Amino acid sequence: MAKYLLLKHYRGAPAPVNNVPMDQWTPEEISAHVQYMNDFAARLEKTGEFVDGQALAPEGSWVRYDGEGRPPVTDGPFAETKDLIAGWMVIDVDSHERAVELAGELSAAPGKDGKPIHEWLEVRPFLAAKPSTTECTFK
Amino acid sequence: MNEALIRSLTPGVLGVLVRRGADFAAAEDAVQDALIEAVRVWPADPPRDAKGWLVTVAWRKFLDATRADAARRRREDLVEEEPAPGPAASVDDTLQLYFLCAHPSLTPSSAVALTLRAVGGLTTRQIAQAYLVPEATMAQRISRAKRTVSGVRFDQPGDVATVLRVLYLVFNEGYSGDVDLAAEAIRLTRQLAAAIDHPEVAGLLALMLLHHARRASRTAPDGSLVPLAEQDRSRWDTEAIAEGVEILQAALARDRLGEFQAQAAIAALHADAPTAEETDWVQIVEWYDELAGLTDSPVVRLNRAVAVGEADGPRAGLAALAELDASSPSSSSGGSPLPRHAAVAAYLHERDGDLTTAARLYAEAAHKASNLAERDYLTRQAARLNTGRSH
Repeated sequence: MAKYLLLKHYRGAPAPVNNVPMDQWTPEEISAHVQYMNDFAARLEKTGEFVDGQALAPEGSWVRYDGEGRPPVTDGPFAETKDLIAGWMVIDVDSHERAVELAGELSAAPGKDGKPIHEWLEVRPFLAAKPSTTECTFK
Repeated sequence: MNEALIRSLTPGVLGVLVRRGADFAAAEDAVQDALIEAVRVWPADPPRDAKGWLVTVAWRKFLDATRADAARRRREDLVEEEPAPGPAASVDDTLQLYFLCAHPSLTPSSAVALTLRAVGGLTTRQIAQAYLVPEATMAQRISRAKRTVSGVRFDQPGDVATVLRVLYLVFNEGYSGDVDLAAEAIRLTRQLAAAIDHPEVAGLLALMLLHHARRASRTAPDGSLVPLAEQDRSRWDTEAIAEGVEILQAALARDRLGEFQAQAAIAALHADAPTAEETDWVQIVEWYDELAGLTDSPVVRLNRAVAVGEADGPRAGLAALAELDASSPSSSSGGSPLPRHAAVAAYLHERDGDLTTAARLYAEAAHKASNLAERDYLTRQAARLNTGRSH
């Protein structure tokens, strides 16, 4: 039982194999894609592996502290070169292998011509806060 | 009203229902309903016979839920075939439930969830909170688990090793939500030890008690990790340690050594030492040798290298670690098989006086740590050495 974050990117990931922007698909191809994603999430809910999933808008700003009594600094919308996250899904699975298997399935969502996008997804393990009792030098 | 008492009656009540011919999934649902009713009714109107009350209510819930004619006929056929329950039946039933909930056809997470619910009597919400997943997710996990084992016969002998693995998984989960899973795992292992005479069950119970006894001293008030050598030993629970040692000694006397007994023996040697300096590292190394023979696990050999470092000096520890390097499995599966390898190497290099290498390895270990407390601890170690050298 370990939680993993599956990250989907607008930008920043390597280019997918079937790399056609969504606005150039047919409406039916878009529907098929959305249906695939929904079915995937529903299936994970049934297997008891689903924790959370959200989509993010492409607009975002960098914000930082600018000193006492001053408003935070923002750099406006993300520049084109920046890594941009499109959404995430959190899963709770029995192994790293299972997390990779599921990310692979998600990456097979259909795109242009109904063929899989082969999109790159990032798989990140959660750092658990829980203790483990394995005896070791610093425990 | 004692919620722990209600929970401890769960497996016995469930066993009676299954023995009367209820199928497992329906019986489990009925028992959960009865538990919820008990929590509601008992404070104002406590029953004389708690278990009898729960059996009656759970059976009524079960009958309500399976009122259809076909179901009734099937149930009556089953009841016809069933022998009347004897006096020892409830103990046997409890044991069968442990086997069923840890059945090899279940994934570890489903086995854990099913055990906590069917044997432990926890609600789905409590289990979901403990594992930080949505309640709907946990409900699905449990109902899938029940479907998976629905065809398993209830009177077949099960695999004790599987049950022990599941209980140890529960124990290692620690604490979140309103349920202390380590305490729950101890309670369930105690109950199992009462139902079955098996040295490894005793070994696991001893191991849990010995670890649990030291839990309060393992973290500082701010949640940061306190290493074994720096722990305030006056905060160790001596009663739990004494009980763990006693259970372990009785198990070892049976002369059927297993990995939990060996691990408990190591934990007992740590718990026995009045100060860190007085730890009997030589004997700990011997137990790690036994353990390595039983499991051949790289994690065990890694911990053995730590013990060798304490018993025979850091150079010997590093030599033991080097052997491990050559033979440890590759990380082709994606995750490193030995996330603490760098941490151990860092510690041994520091003790050997090579602070530059130690600092680099602590930083590497922090990067690989799989939990926050360990990562923060290791980062501080690297920082301590780095700032020390720059002054």
